[in-house]
Amino acid sequence: MAVGSVRWRPVALGAAGVLGLVVLWEGYKALGPAEGVTVAGQAVLPRTTDLGMPHVWDMIGRALEPATSIEGAAPVWLAVVQAALVTLGTATAGLLLGTVVGILLALLMQRFVVAEWAVQPWLILSQTVPLIALAPLVVSWGGRLQLGPVQWETWMSVGVIASYLAFFPMAVGALRGLKSPEAAHTDLFRTYATSWWTTLLRLRLPAAVPYLLPALRLATAAAILGAVVAEVSTGHKGGIGRLIIEYAQSGSADPAKAWAPIAGAVLLGLFAAGLVYLLGLALGRYRRQEETA
Amino acid sequence: MTQDRLTVPATATTPTSGGDPAVRVAGVDKVFTGRRGQVEALHQVDLVVDPGEFVSLIGPSGCGKSTLLRLVADLDSPTAGTIEVFGKSARRARLDQDYGIAFQSAGLLPWRSVADNVELPLRLHGADGATRRGRVAELLEMVGLSEFAGSFPDQLSGGMQQRVAIARSLAENPRLLLMDEPFGALDEMTRERMQSELVRITSETGAAVVFVTHSIPEAVFLSHRVVVMTPRPGRITGEVDVRLGDQRDEDLREDERFFAAVTAVREALHGRPTPASGAHGRDLR
Repeated sequence: MAVGSVRWRPVALGAAGVLGLVVLWEGYKALGPAEGVTVAGQAVLPRTTDLGMPHVWDMIGRALEPATSIEGAAPVWLAVVQAALVTLGTATAGLLLGTVVGILLALLMQRFVVAEWAVQPWLILSQTVPLIALAPLVVSWGGRLQLGPVQWETWMSVGVIASYLAFFPMAVGALRGLKSPEAAHTDLFRTYATSWWTTLLRLRLPAAVPYLLPALRLATAAAILGAVVAEVSTGHKGGIGRLIIEYAQSGSADPAKAWAPIAGAVLLGLFAAGLVYLLGLALGRYRRQEETA
Repeated sequence: MTQDRLTVPATATTPTSGGDPAVRVAGVDKVFTGRRGQVEALHQVDLVVDPGEFVSLIGPSGCGKSTLLRLVADLDSPTAGTIEVFGKSARRARLDQDYGIAFQSAGLLPWRSVADNVELPLRLHGADGATRRGRVAELLEMVGLSEFAGSFPDQLSGGMQQRVAIARSLAENPRLLLMDEPFGALDEMTRERMQSELVRITSETGAAVVFVTHSIPEAVFLSHRVVVMTPRPGRITGEVDVRLGDQRDEDLREDERFFAAVTAVREALHGRPTPASGAHGRDLR
């Protein structure tokens, strides 16, 4: 088997894609008009000035320099990494909550057909509510919550908002997966007189893995997106969402700096997608149908 | 016929008298209610299968043979009539794991290795590890797949997958095997080999078998008795006592008695009088 060639191709293509984007950026910056391109008064392409489009190497260079002029300030990249880790933590909490809620809803819908009819419309409806509208509500509700000794904190609100985006793909994917065993399999388990729980554990959940992994990939991206947007709209400090706003405000004086946290958010998404990919490799035995199909 | 019985080994499948029959179906109707009204899938079906007896249900599509098998397995319940398995209700027999079952699709779990698939019923019913390993080794030996224990279903041919399914159906030493066209999707050569193996396996285990098929030679080769069904409504219309003995090998397929039995079943299917022959058919209409 040409394992080697299979391994390097996606890496090379991925690198070529990134390089292509850099070439496009720099190419347009070099050749495009300084005032950008406007069609009928609408700007369709950005200005190519250093303010609008800093050089890629300026962005990288700026990321390596200290964030502020204060003595002993950490470099931009370190601040970005720290903020990304904070967001990753919040997004993970949101993803866990969303996954649990999503799978529980799917189990409910699989078990009771009536529940499927009752819950399905609410599922769809839930995703049409704009996230921005929801964020202040969650914060204000959370602020009134008193969970014994635990004080509700803003990061919890951010996590809840992230989970609100994450649970939907999980619920949809899990339901399809739990329903995926063919009739021969469910009949077989019926002849074995196994309980609903055992059938779930030995048949439905393993059969659902090929559906759960893509759902998890979507949910992960949604949780990170949700966390970043929620950080922005709740004004929660410490995360990458907040950093994007902060650095953008110093835009005119320091245009290259604002791109660092955006790149950080992208890398955070890639990192999380990589984790899901590794999980998929670990669950390889449940994905044999996928590979042979 | 009697000279064949003499060659039967002591452990083998001669129907034994005494005790409850393996399957007793009495006055069973099955009506499916669909969107376009009711379909009478089975009408007044009576059938008795003795312990150790191999009975094939044969008939065209829609004659209710698979439905009848599903009723015996308690995967569906009859609209009227009673079904007993070893003297118990079909439901009790299912809960007590009194039968093993194999379907047309092997129905192996793709994420379990061959050995893990065979041990599935044992694991679900809480057998300990040593018992499971011993039994799996025995069964894989029996179906000739010992060296594939660690393979996954997608690495096996259709015939091999079906052998795994048969091994799985035998895992708990059932006294009754229910088989719904288990060789239906196989090519003719694999099919004949599997039939020979099934004859050997059932004579080794002494289990009664209810075997659904639409192949006349298959039914004749395998069975002690072939039950003929016709559709609309599904009912039993004839029966052919085959009993070609338990020393059935490839030569039997060329034997005159085999052809005679095939003719008898064909005529029972088409509803014509059966001429005098080694195998005797009865028209039950």
